[in-house]
Amino acid sequence: MKLLTHNMLTSHVKGVTNGYPLLIKATEVKVNEVDFNPQFVSRMIPKLEWSTLVQAAEELGHRQDLPGELIPDYDKNEEFLKKVHRVLLEVEVIEGCLKCPESGREFPISRGIPNMLLNEDEV
Amino acid sequence: MDCNVESNVKAIKKSKDEKKVLRKQIKASHTLLKHEGIVTAPQPTKSLVVANGGLGNGVSREELSAVLKEMGEVETLVMPPHKPYAFSARKAHTHLNGQKLQCGENSVTLYLSYVNSVICEEELSLHFPEGLVLLEDFVSSEEEALLLAAIDWSSTNDVVTAQKALKHRRVKHYGFEFCYDNNNIDKDKPLHAGLPVECLPVLERCLKNGHIITMPDQLTVNQYESGQGIPPHVDTHSAFEDTILSLSLGSKVVMEFRHPDGRVVPVVLPGRSLLVMKGESRYLWTHGITPRKFDMVPSCDPQSSADITPGLRTNSNLTLSKRDTRTSFTFRKIRHEPCLCAFRSACDSQGAPTAPSPSLPSPPSLPCCHADAARLEEEYVHRVYNAIASHFSSTRHSPWPRVCHFLSSLPAGGVLADVGCGNGKYLGVNTEVIAVGCDRSSALVQICTERGFQAFVSDALSVPLRTAVCDACISIAVIHHFSTQERRLAAVRELVRLLKPGGQALIYVWAFEQEYNKQKSKYLKDQNKQCPENQCLIFDTPEDSQEPNGESGSNSIGCLKDNYKPEDNIQDPFKVTDGKLGVHTNRTAFNTQDLLVPNSCSNNAAPVFHRYYHVFQQGELEQLCGQVAGAKVLSSYHDQGNWCVILEKD
Repeated sequence: MKLLTHNMLTSHVKGVTNGYPLLIKATEVKVNEVDFNPQFVSRMIPKLEWSTLVQAAEELGHRQDLPGELIPDYDKNEEFLKKVHRVLLEVEVIEGCLKCPESGREFPISRGIPNMLLNEDEV
Repeated sequence: MDCNVESNVKAIKKSKDEKKVLRKQIKASHTLLKHEGIVTAPQPTKSLVVANGGLGNGVSREELSAVLKEMGEVETLVMPPHKPYAFSARKAHTHLNGQKLQCGENSVTLYLSYVNSVICEEELSLHFPEGLVLLEDFVSSEEEALLLAAIDWSSTNDVVTAQKALKHRRVKHYGFEFCYDNNNIDKDKPLHAGLPVECLPVLERCLKNGHIITMPDQLTVNQYESGQGIPPHVDTHSAFEDTILSLSLGSKVVMEFRHPDGRVVPVVLPGRSLLVMKGESRYLWTHGITPRKFDMVPSCDPQSSADITPGLRTNSNLTLSKRDTRTSFTFRKIRHEPCLCAFRSACDSQGAPTAPSPSLPSPPSLPCCHADAARLEEEYVHRVYNAIASHFSSTRHSPWPRVCHFLSSLPAGGVLADVGCGNGKYLGVNTEVIAVGCDRSSALVQICTERGFQAFVSDALSVPLRTAVCDACISIAVIHHFSTQERRLAAVRELVRLLKPGGQALIYVWAFEQEYNKQKSKYLKDQNKQCPENQCLIFDTPEDSQEPNGESGSNSIGCLKDNYKPEDNIQDPFKVTDGKLGVHTNRTAFNTQDLLVPNSCSNNAAPVFHRYYHVFQQGELEQLCGQVAGAKVLSSYHDQGNWCVILEKD
């Protein structure tokens, strides 16, 4: 699971009103190099919840020095885009789990795949 | 694209025969383009495609290699499994074009063209199931002869019924009788005949080498003629102790091991080899032999097989191996206490059904409540996809053109969710969008991940994505698997929830009307296609119709029980009158909207799975979408037996 995906995922357990963002408890994290495409990254940024990305990067120890607030004119700042590229597309959680911030329900991540299936009583 | 193909085949027209060859060659090029997206080249290139020279139509590596070698040195020969074509480096000359090749009793005509690219299947190293050990040359030829002579088939001690039920192979038991009615043994009734003394040296060697810790007390001898097999099964836990020994004598055969998660590992069992099944391989994986006359096995070509570890299979070096009579000696130890293994889902001592069967014990009814619906879908949708995932995926490489058109029209940087993404074939169509997929089947999601796509496991009724995060969603061949109107509606609602205002969803469902505007769908048109013998587990639905080798029109309903037999398997479709779901006859028009669709299987060997479908009538999908507030149908159309809509969120 890349942090890009994490940025879009939310807890959907029945009754939960604020299931976002999911906390990451990782036991195995990998960094896979991906070709850097500045345009693609800068197009992605407005789709993100910035603070969620920074928090997730922090949890995994890959924040580098990404600021808590999105900087202006980021699309012209290649250094910045490279850092975002790294946390969004290169850092991957292989094993661990995602934890619902409200209910505490944990969703396992195994072989890089979050399993978000709910039990009957949670739907 | 068609005219490209034609201009790419050199148009030299001289005699009638040459015209015929040219025509066939063009046809073969079309097939290659359609199924693999590989265009034949007008100019000589590095590689040749040899149409009709594939494993899928009975040509072995040795046979093809021999005729190619006559034309010059063969550098590489790629023979993808099940395909009717092979690829070779260019040194094999086009002189072979139109030439007949005799292989076994059949003859095929080869058509060669230059190609720019070759399908190079990834080297698949399939690991042995945990606990499985294959020991080659475990017995000498002398011992083999002694053992075979020790079995007196004339004085068979089998109960007549059991013998009758096993028409596909000969069976004889020693020590204890194995009863095929309940897949168990009667521990209180030892047979007069103990294990033949000829077996003792072999078993003592097993003890000495530590393969077993106690002497087996039961022996089942199976004799398979070419073309015979045994359905996939797990030896009953409560009947036998952990380690099971299987000694193969005579012909080489491929035994398939299947994990409940869909993994399939073919294991080549050479004559005189001993297979030791322990732990997970004995308790959890099923093993079986597909009834067929040829197996695909790694090539024995000395140059190419040098680096193939025994037991591991690589796809690019396969050839055909003809089966002959094979006799197996299965040695087991009777279990006297309940089994306490860790594989409870497959353990009859711990409450699992004795013969878990994907066939239909009795057809299910249309659900009348939410819980029933969920159960029906669990059994007839989710479990089936997980079980067939790898095969399903291998037959789904061509995305549908109109779906691709939708995807390609999305703006760069848009967020796309593919809800019910299967093997992820749409996730990489437009590389400018941010694509994420989800599917109910973890086995299919695993395949997406291996292909480098972002995907997670979830249900389409409750997708764990933020509301309004998507610029577009697709739901291709998903919603027809929900068994109530309420659930189908909920699935559309969930898609709309994911969309941001102005975002679009493309939905495809299977159509009740397989004939539209006087055009039969591809699904109906393909009804006369025949499956090559070694194809199996092919589903017959429109999603499957991109399958290269065509599908069989068979509607047979097989079952996992030991007494299967092709002619017994053809049953009348279940009638819907009693509220039970009908079983659809593949490649025919539908007569009900809610039905079970079997996978058609050419050889009746693999278990038959049934998938639940609700096929949509004209207008029904639009009406369903019309009930969802906050979205409107932008357009709708019929595409190859599917009803399709594009929805836009207000």
